Amino acid sequence: MKIVTRIGKDKLAAVCLLFIAAILVTGVFAPLFAPHAPEEVHMELRFAASSWEYWLGNDHLGRCILSRLIYGIRPSVLWVLVALSISVAIGTTLGFIAGYFRGKADAILMRVCDIMLSFPGYVMTLAVIGILGAGLENILIAFVLMKWAWFARIIRTSVMQYTDTEYVKFAKAIGVSNINIMIKHILPVSLPDIAVISSSSFGSMILQISGFSFLGLGIQAPHAEWGMMLNEARAVMFSRPELMLAPGIAIILVVSAINFLSDALQIALDPKLMTSRHKWQGKAIALASKPHGKEVA
Amino acid sequence: MLSVKHVNKSYKKGGLFTRERQQVLSNISFDWQQGECLGIIGESGSGKSTLGQLLLGINEPDQGRILWDGKRVKDRKTRLGNISAVFQDYTSSINPFYTVEQALMEPLMLHKKMRQAHQGNIDQLLHQVGLDSSYRQKYAHELSGGEAQRVCIARAVSTEPRCIVLDEAISSLDGSVQIQILELLKNLKTMYSMGYIFITHDIRAAAYICDRVMILRNGHIVEIVNVEQLKDVQSPYARHLLQMVIT
Ligand SMILES: Nc1ncnc2c1ncn2[C@@H]1O[C@H](COP(=O)(O)OP(=O)(O)OP(=O)(O)O)[C@@H](O)[C@H]1O
Ligand SMILES: [Mg+2]
Repeated sequence: MKIVTRIGKDKLAAVCLLFIAAILVTGVFAPLFAPHAPEEVHMELRFAASSWEYWLGNDHLGRCILSRLIYGIRPSVLWVLVALSISVAIGTTLGFIAGYFRGKADAILMRVCDIMLSFPGYVMTLAVIGILGAGLENILIAFVLMKWAWFARIIRTSVMQYTDTEYVKFAKAIGVSNINIMIKHILPVSLPDIAVISSSSFGSMILQISGFSFLGLGIQAPHAEWGMMLNEARAVMFSRPELMLAPGIAIILVVSAINFLSDALQIALDPKLMTSRHKWQGKAIALASKPHGKEVA
Repeated sequence: MLSVKHVNKSYKKGGLFTRERQQVLSNISFDWQQGECLGIIGESGSGKSTLGQLLLGINEPDQGRILWDGKRVKDRKTRLGNISAVFQDYTSSINPFYTVEQALMEPLMLHKKMRQAHQGNIDQLLHQVGLDSSYRQKYAHELSGGEAQRVCIARAVSTEPRCIVLDEAISSLDGSVQIQILELLKNLKTMYSMGYIFITHDIRAAAYICDRVMILRNGHIVEIVNVEQLKDVQSPYARHLLQMVIT
């Protein structure tokens, strides 16, 4: 909760947070928000300009661009978020095991990571799509397969650094269990690192999914997806460039919002910026506790 | 009572595939009696901190045993409430997300019996180390080095352990604060009837607070002497060390 209030103080971050929350909600409840069915074809409305009925106009098949944009949130943002969460979860778990316990576990896990990381990401994704076939799920599976090693690697380094601190040593010495040490002492301090790497790869994953859909390897034809909308608009790029605007701007806005938010999160999570709340409150507590202290003493 | 028997410790040198190891401690054996203050003195790199970590169960010896009342110190349950620690680097000895109060609560929360009445306890603890209750809400980075070290000492004594391992606990503080903290440690020692294992490279501080002093060199015990007999140590190395302090 403290983090949320601190982000709230940063105007830009608050706007980004609201924007992303709104995007997520709209995506989840797409049927409620979309004014039309996204795959409804109206040939008579081809390339229609924006109107009261179709706010953002219609595309080359006369489909409502706004509705397609809203339905496109699902594959472009929501599913990417799911894939990201899975790979961050795997990476965090393995990174914590390797970085905290070190020794054999670390050596083995890191060699596996090395192997995974030695394949170029795009090529591996293409290979997985080649084996499993085109489609959103397979791209997401490929993402999880490719990304976890990268997360594990970075999180391990961060965890290692904090495992060496003296408050962790103290906690170990007085007999706090390993799980508790990881949750209470290491996770909070490594959270900024995790937030930054996951947000930066969120941006790149959105772009990649769009890229693969653009190539026709991602989501299949009538379904809406931002990258594919761009691809469809490409055909009429010179006669009607405005069709590229809606999906292009949507991608740019979401990716920028995520990046701004992660910057703000990093600042909000910086313990150096925490002050002992208000001097007043501190005094009040001191006063309130004094008589109590005497009673006990 | 803590007993250390024939402990060896080495660290791996270099990469994954080398077998070469650097011997840091060899054949260390000594006993620590209830309530005593044992000093461990040695030059930089002589393995003092490593020994401290072994005593605290943070690290495991390659060979030999470290027993607390006959039970392995490596077991978390053995240490619980019996052993505590203060480290040298006060800048990282308190979780940056914790207030002083939360930091002091951490060891207390481990003990069910201590959980009640902790509110008053914390003020009392802070007073004992010479801080007032307004420090409760402060974060680690808002404390000076001396204050942070006092908080660490308060945190270490909060569960009234029987033994506290102090690894260079005063070395990074300036002279007057060092003396204050040594005084404080002496007072707390009588107040709670606990013992210390006082790791330092400062012979004078050790002589001031310790009952017995163990001199360590390159991972070997050179000599263990009572503080009263510190002047007439036998081994040439110990004499050499003393000479340097006196001149
Ligand atoms: N984690 C580690 N891995 C490898 N070698 C280590 C490790 N910790 C310590 N050493 C080595 O062990 C030796 C003893 O280190 P230790 O920290 O115990 O010395 P010390 O007596 O505490 O020195 P100082 O007075 O400077 O603190 C050093 O040579 C150091 O290089
Ligand atoms: Mg040391």
